[in-house]
Amino acid sequence: MPLFKKTLTVNNKQGLHARPAAVFVQIANKFNSRITIRHEGEEVNGKSIMGILMLGAEKGTSIILEADGDDAEIALVELEKIIINEEEK
Amino acid sequence: MIKLKGIAAAGGISIGPAYRVGKEEYIVPKQSIRPEEIPVQIQLFEEALIKTRREIIDLQKRIGFEMGQEEAQIFDAHLLVLEDRMLIEEVISRLKREQLNVAYIFQEVLKKYVDIFSKIEDEYLKERIADINDVGKRILRNLLGKQKKGLDDLRERVIVVAHDLSPSETAAMHKKNVAGFVTDVGGKTSHTAIMAKSLEIPAVVGVAEATFKIKAGDILIVDGILGEILVNPDEATLVEYRKEEEKLKGVTAQFFTVKDLPAVTLDGRAVEVNANIEFPDEVPAVKMHGGEGIGLYRTEFFYMNRKDLPTEEEHYQAYKYVAEEMNPHPVIIRTLDLGGDKFLSQFQIPHEMQPFLGWRAIRFCLARPDIFKLQLRAILRASVHGNLRLMYPMISGVEELRQANKILEEAKGELRQEGKPFEEDVQVGVMIEVPSAAMTADILAEEADFFSIGTNDLIQYSLAVDRANEKVAYLYEPAHPAVLRLIKNIIDSGHKANINVGMCGEMAGEPGFILLLLGLGLDEFSMPPQVIPEIKYIIRSVTSKQVEEIAKQAMTLSTGKEVEAFTAAKLKEILK
Repeated sequence: MPLFKKTLTVNNKQGLHARPAAVFVQIANKFNSRITIRHEGEEVNGKSIMGILMLGAEKGTSIILEADGDDAEIALVELEKIIINEEEK
Repeated sequence: MIKLKGIAAAGGISIGPAYRVGKEEYIVPKQSIRPEEIPVQIQLFEEALIKTRREIIDLQKRIGFEMGQEEAQIFDAHLLVLEDRMLIEEVISRLKREQLNVAYIFQEVLKKYVDIFSKIEDEYLKERIADINDVGKRILRNLLGKQKKGLDDLRERVIVVAHDLSPSETAAMHKKNVAGFVTDVGGKTSHTAIMAKSLEIPAVVGVAEATFKIKAGDILIVDGILGEILVNPDEATLVEYRKEEEKLKGVTAQFFTVKDLPAVTLDGRAVEVNANIEFPDEVPAVKMHGGEGIGLYRTEFFYMNRKDLPTEEEHYQAYKYVAEEMNPHPVIIRTLDLGGDKFLSQFQIPHEMQPFLGWRAIRFCLARPDIFKLQLRAILRASVHGNLRLMYPMISGVEELRQANKILEEAKGELRQEGKPFEEDVQVGVMIEVPSAAMTADILAEEADFFSIGTNDLIQYSLAVDRANEKVAYLYEPAHPAVLRLIKNIIDSGHKANINVGMCGEMAGEPGFILLLLGLGLDEFSMPPQVIPEIKYIIRSVTSKQVEEIAKQAMTLSTGKEVEAFTAAKLKEILK
């Protein structure tokens, strides 16, 4: 099973605990892979809205996004896109 | 009997028992379980989740059907919480470890999350906490096997009393079992007030400490006209109000008898009575209430709840639908009016000190001709399918009108080149809602095809009152002499230039002001569909001479309060 990992900086001014979290979870749940987000020593299930909200990742902090499973590569690309899209708009 | 004062949010009178919302607390006992009971407890939990899921989906379907997809979307967030893996896994693992009853564990886990989220300062999260509590209560109720006691499942007609109502709570209400609303907080424009108005349920909001003073089961009279609540009234009062309630019902029925008749005065002066809409699916409601055309079609919704921008085709299809449905009656489309209190996520509008005076509406559109022209092209293309007109919001002077028209001409040029048909002489109006435009209405009238007075902003700007600010909201007076003079100037200037003058602000749908506006010579009234029958009824009950005299007298009064009292008295006299 491939494991893909990437460090991203939260750029959205609302942080990752705001609106983008719901979108993130909906997309994450479309993949088979296990999605994990690490932030300041904590680790949560990326398919859980409660988990992501709890991280309270503010703007400017970095998170490690990890996808583990048969569709991990595409999952990581798609999920990264959500975060990047949110930065632009 | 005690009398409580509040803000009249939705008209009418209703009588019924108080039903308290928001204090639905469960006492969950803490019980040890034996290891062999664990699978049974897990199964109980799963069943409760499935049952809750079904409840939410049913509710979502019903709301979607009755009130539109917008309202139904609230429940997507609920489902997301319900299906949360982390929450479920945590409950199950703690159940195995601590060997306590699942309802207790679930409550503890839920509490933990709510506590964590409460510490984070974020508006969005606050809403999510409400969602989590909402779903949590449902699950708990199903875990405890209690009878569902939600608003969506009321058996008798009650008066809902709450500190505040969440959109999800308001959305779940049925007109057939909710007779009225009372809330501690909120103003005329709060979510509850708007929903109550659209559901046509009497409501009084901003009743300080209503939830402390009213107990469940108390008999209440909700007077949505005066903004009063009578708690446990004596028999005589009850009889009096029942009579009043019946009378109002009779009057409403009377209003409906004229809804499909033209809006003409007794001596034959005809005016247009149109509807304000935001969504194409409101068209049936407009027809049902006897609306002749659409006096204000707001177009911001295309941009809401999405990340990308709407395409020209999306605009076009919606406009075409409304134009065809209303044909041959006019449909006035207001071009994008964002800013002020309407923000759209696609555009990064920097935080402004005074957003109502800032980069909004036509100012934004002129700065973003790409977005503006796309909408104008769609309106032009749809103009061949009916009687479409367009109108620019927030014009402050004739230069802005010229600039906007220049972009309109560009759009026409493009369509000509592409060989796409459109109505060459599509009427272009100006929404008059800035005092400078009101004062220079004579200049604008030379270059506009019609005017539509937007009273909400006009009042706020001319009286320098932020009506969302509760401390100064009392100064927001539609009938203030300053406002009336501006309105008179707009109407007179329009008529001098032979153009129609309409009104699409809230004032145009307030029965109290109809006689006055009619007397000032207003040609078109645009309002929420529900009030159309009543307004038509009023118009059909007077002569032009009567209303001209009323307007003349009203213009001599010194304060807004005097004008309101005067016009209310005249209305009562006429409707007697």
